[in-house]
Order: sequence, then structure tokens, then C-alpha cells
Amino acid sequence: MRGDRGDLIAILQEVQARFSYLPEEAMRRVAKFVNTSESQVYGVATFYGQFRLTPGGRNTIRVCLGTACHVQGGARILATVENELGIARGGTTPDGAFSLETVACLGACALAPNVTVNGDVHSHLTPEKVAKILAEAAKKV
Amino acid sequence: MSFEETRSRAISEWQALEHSDKPRILIGAATCGRAAGALAVLEAINSKLAQHNIDAIIIQVGCIGLCYAEPLVEIIKPSRPHIYYGNLTPQLASQIIEDYIIKDNPRPDLALGTTGDKSIKNIPKFFELPMLKPQVRIALRNCGHIDPENISHYIANGGYGGLVNALNMSPEEVIEEIKKSGLRGRGGAGFPTGLKWEFCRKSPGTVKYVICNADEGDPGAFMDRSLLEGDPHAVLEGLLIGAYAIGATEGYIYIRAEYPLAIERLKVALNQMADYGFVGDNILGSDFSFHITIKQGAGAFVCGEETALMASIEGKRGMPRPRPPFPTQAGLWGKPTNINNVETWGNVSAILQRGGEWFASYGSERSKGTKTFALAGKINRTGLIEVPMGISLRQIIYEIGGGIPNGKDFKAVQTGGPSGGALPANLLDLPVDYESLTQAGSIMGSGGMVVMDEDTCMVDMARYFVNFTKSESCGKCVPCRLGTKQMLDILEDITEGKGKIEDLDLLIDLGNGVKAGSLCGLGQTAPNPVLTSIRYFRDEYEAHIRQHRCPAGVCPALTK
Repeated sequence: MRGDRGDLIAILQEVQARFSYLPEEAMRRVAKFVNTSESQVYGVATFYGQFRLTPGGRNTIRVCLGTACHVQGGARILATVENELGIARGGTTPDGAFSLETVACLGACALAPNVTVNGDVHSHLTPEKVAKILAEAAKKV
Repeated sequence: MSFEETRSRAISEWQALEHSDKPRILIGAATCGRAAGALAVLEAINSKLAQHNIDAIIIQVGCIGLCYAEPLVEIIKPSRPHIYYGNLTPQLASQIIEDYIIKDNPRPDLALGTTGDKSIKNIPKFFELPMLKPQVRIALRNCGHIDPENISHYIANGGYGGLVNALNMSPEEVIEEIKKSGLRGRGGAGFPTGLKWEFCRKSPGTVKYVICNADEGDPGAFMDRSLLEGDPHAVLEGLLIGAYAIGATEGYIYIRAEYPLAIERLKVALNQMADYGFVGDNILGSDFSFHITIKQGAGAFVCGEETALMASIEGKRGMPRPRPPFPTQAGLWGKPTNINNVETWGNVSAILQRGGEWFASYGSERSKGTKTFALAGKINRTGLIEVPMGISLRQIIYEIGGGIPNGKDFKAVQTGGPSGGALPANLLDLPVDYESLTQAGSIMGSGGMVVMDEDTCMVDMARYFVNFTKSESCGKCVPCRLGTKQMLDILEDITEGKGKIEDLDLLIDLGNGVKAGSLCGLGQTAPNPVLTSIRYFRDEYEAHIRQHRCPAGVCPALTK
């Protein structure tokens, strides 16, 4: 069976949805499937911000760094999350519970600053509020 | 079933809803509403209704634009004016159900406004509110009023009538109608839409494509998301009309992965269109066949640029290529391709429903129609608005937006996001149109409008935007890749108190070079935030450099 080269991004998205990242072996197989070189697949995987090459945590925290969030103190929110989790953006906690990502804009600018926890948007945040949300999420882990 | 039968069925269904003897509750449940707690409010309403055995019709609608008042519900009791309630909590919502639905007390103290012929004492007319009065809703005409997942609601409100009108015209006549409307590209560049279509139609070739650019990457903008979540068919109908006019048989919607609800709504809409014969082979019994595919982005700002977007649809890295050849000559897979943004397509369906002349009766001399804006930042009434072109920035910020919170002073408004500029207080009377904004050093952009007050540091904002464009630069051309990096280094020095006064001239030189030398729109506009902030807020740069002081108290190294 051969896949369509034009579907490469969609295929990688499916792979990541399944494994939380793009395992090397999966990328090799995808390259064969769509009949392109491994370097092409790696090029796409590293070009787009959505893809990760290392496993993600069981919970994903995304801090929005859009303009409205920045104006409303988004940098302080990110600093708080980094402090609380003890990891920098792009990282995963050693126990695999949380990974921390930043996003250019969630499009909920009117409610800035925003953070998502596993896709749920939390709005009008302050450093105190976001610390509380993280503590809640940690309890569920 | 013929379209006339479909339409009359949809209208009957809509009228049955309008004249239903059950109370109706419309809740704004787009991404913003949900983030503000709409689903919890909905749950509280449902449980209250169940508790009292009340049979009500509940509809999840898109965004009506009053983001500051989310969660927002509209309650309609038979033969009474519609009442809007905002800023609801589950407790408040459940109280309103009790007071208004059960005890017939409309709670004027909690109501935002009413619509309908009659009014209720002590509740203002909703569309007379300062935020809504100056607005004209064309692209957003149905948002917040219809169920976006019910195609009948769209059809009953004039939907797909534009497609039917188009199919009764020749493709050339459709293009003429768009030209007559004066519509220009709402993605920000403002290229005349009818002219672009004509180029694409006249390009030789039998295979042609149309694309809807829904890669709304400008941080601080959410117009396209709201339109797709609130009225996806308005955009899809526009795309069909464009395809017919251009002679395309395949279309793509390229949408960013960060908008899961909009993607879901598009999928639902496409399935309904297929059921109704609005998409596929021989649409509405005509010779016109058209297929639509949704392609998800993967987190790259540069993919909003048309040639990068097409590379991404082809499954490649999203890197722009030089133009010419323009996409209308050689675009997706080398075929003639017409690409327009979400809002443009939403306007197209309205124009074919109501006529080019009608559309051109709004707006200014060279910028016809309306423009949507996402109002955010330091402003009282954040929201999604649609205003006639030519309105002043002052009217948008003070009348519609209600001014600056906490008695602070306005400092600047950023239009066009990272590609635009920060405009100061003395330009507040500038009319909002493509030419005026460009002349002032900014751009119209896709519609992000972020307001900044005295607590915002303009040097920090310039650093923020350049950091963004530097990170999002695809790296293909040197002026953009290295120019943004050098600009960022200089701006970081200034925010850390290590700047030199000659850095300002260097930034201006470098900025002009990056603008002139970059391959695509990303690099060509990346210096705008720096150049405008130096032009209008030079004193802030000088305070950082000469006195090692950040007047707004933002830059950490200079505030301790």
C-alpha cells in the first residue's frame, strides 16, 4: 500500500496523537509509506511547531504567548508554570506527568491571559490562579 | 428536492422555531464562551429546567461578539422581546431561569438588552448599546443567531441563495458582481478580490484550485475562528461561488490545528452540504462539480503566507517561494490557484445573496464594505466587532470598546499583529481603511487590534513581536532569518539597559533592509512594529538607553 505524499502532515499528526510524539521508527515507516526520503519526513517533523520528537507527558499544559496574553502579563504566567513544574518550555517532568508547551495564540484573546490543560482553556489568569490550577491537575495524576 | 423546496422547508422549520410556544434559550458556546464557562452555565440551566419539568429549546450558538460579557445567553419567551443576559455564573443562570421563565420577572438588573419590536421597562435595546450601535454585520450576519450545526437555519436566513444566484449567472457575470462590490482581500493585503478571480479564471489550464486560508496565525486575532465556529456555511458558500466563477473543481480549507472546534464545525457543515447536494458532482442539478478537503496546519505562522500555505497542503515544509509566478498562474501543484481568507469568503456569499451594489454602499471610497476586528488588550469591552470601513480608531476604541480600564491612559493600538504597527493617541482619528493605515506605518492586517495603556512598554512590545517573527521565520531568505535575529539582539540590549543611542539608527537601517530584501510578507512586514514604535515612541527608547529606565515599569532589568 502506498500513501499520498500530500497527506504527510496529516499522517504525522495521527502518529503523534497515538504516541504523544513522533518515534524514529514511525518516521522511517511513514517515509516508506508515502514514498519519500527519511530526511524529507524529518524536515517536515522539525519544521512545524506541533510535532515533538520526544515523548510528551500524560498531561499537556500550553501557555498562550499571544499579543493579548503578553499585554496582560502572559510572561509572568509562563514563569509561574515553569517554576511550579520545575521544567522549561518544551520540557517534560521526570515522572512523565506534565509537559509544558507554549503556543503563539489560542484565539481566546478577549479572555487573556490563557492557559490550556489538556485542551481545556483557563482564562483571566493570575500567577496565583494558575498555581492553583496546576495543583488541582497534579492531584488527578 | 429542488432548492426552492429545500428553502421553503427550512423557512417553515425556522418559523416554527420562531413561533414555538416553548421558551428558547440560546447560549454562546464558541471557544471564547466555553473558556468563560458557558458549558457549566448550560448544565445549570438544564438541571434547573429539568427540576421544574420545563420543556425548553436550547441552542448552542456562535459568538455575538460581546466577549467581555461571556458567558452570554439569550432567552426568548413566546411573544415577548428577546432578552440577553451576560457575565453569567451557573448560580446566576439558574436564578434567571427561576425568575424569568417561571415567575415572569425579566430581572432588568441583570439583563444586557432586548431585541424585538416591543421593549421591557428598564432594559435597553440590545442593538442600541454603545458597543453594538456603530456595527454593521455582513460577514458575521448569522453569528450568535443561528445554530451553526443546522444547515436549515442558514438556508432559512438567505443561505445558499447566493450560490443559486451565481449558478444562474455566467462565471464572468459573477466576477463582475464581485468587482462591483469593491471587495478587497480581508486577510490584510487588500488586493481586489474580483480582479484576482479574473486572473485565475483567465489562466490557461483545465485543473484549477480554490483555497480558503483559515490559518489565522496573527497572535491577538480571532475573527476567522469566530466566523467558522458561528456560521461555517457562510464561508463554504463563498468558496463554492468562487470555485464556480474561476472554474475550479477542487477546493481546500487550510485551518490551524489550534482551532479544534472550528474544524469540527466545518466537518459537520461539509457532511450536511453533501446531504443537500451543495457539494460534490453536479451541484443543484447543474454542470458545476466541486469537492472540498480540510487540511490542518501544524503550528507554523509562515503558513498564512499563500505560497507557504500551498507548500504545506502539498505535505512539505511551509516555505514561501518567489512570486511571480503568482498562485493565480501557478499555485497548488503548479496549477492556477485562487486563495482568499475566511472573512473574504464570508463576504462573497453575502454579496451574491444581496448584490454588489448593496455591499458597496457601506465603507469608504477605496475600501468598501465592513471589516471585522478582534478587540483585545487593555480595553473595557473586549470582543469581536464588525464595522463599516472608514470608521475612526477612536470610535472603535472608545465608543465600541468603552475605553481603557481602571482610569489608565491610552498609549497605543496595534493593528495587523506582528506585521503591523503601534499607532499613538494623536492618530486616533485616523479612518480605518487600507490606505490610511499603511500610510501611518501599520497595516490593516486581518483584524487583530490590541490596545495598550500607560503600563505597556513599547520597547518591550517591539522586542516581543520581533522575537515572534524571528522564531517563526522559515529561514529560507537571509534578510528575514538574520535580520530579525539582529534586530532582536539590539532590542534585548536596549531592554536590558545595554543599548547605545546609535542603535536606533541601526534598527531603522536594518528594518528598512529587511523590509526591502525579504522574500515574503513575513519578513517584509516584520520590522513594522519596531519602525513605528521608534517613529511614535522614540522617547521611550531614549529613556531605556540614556537613563536606564523603563517608563512603564515592565522591563525586568530596569525596574529593580
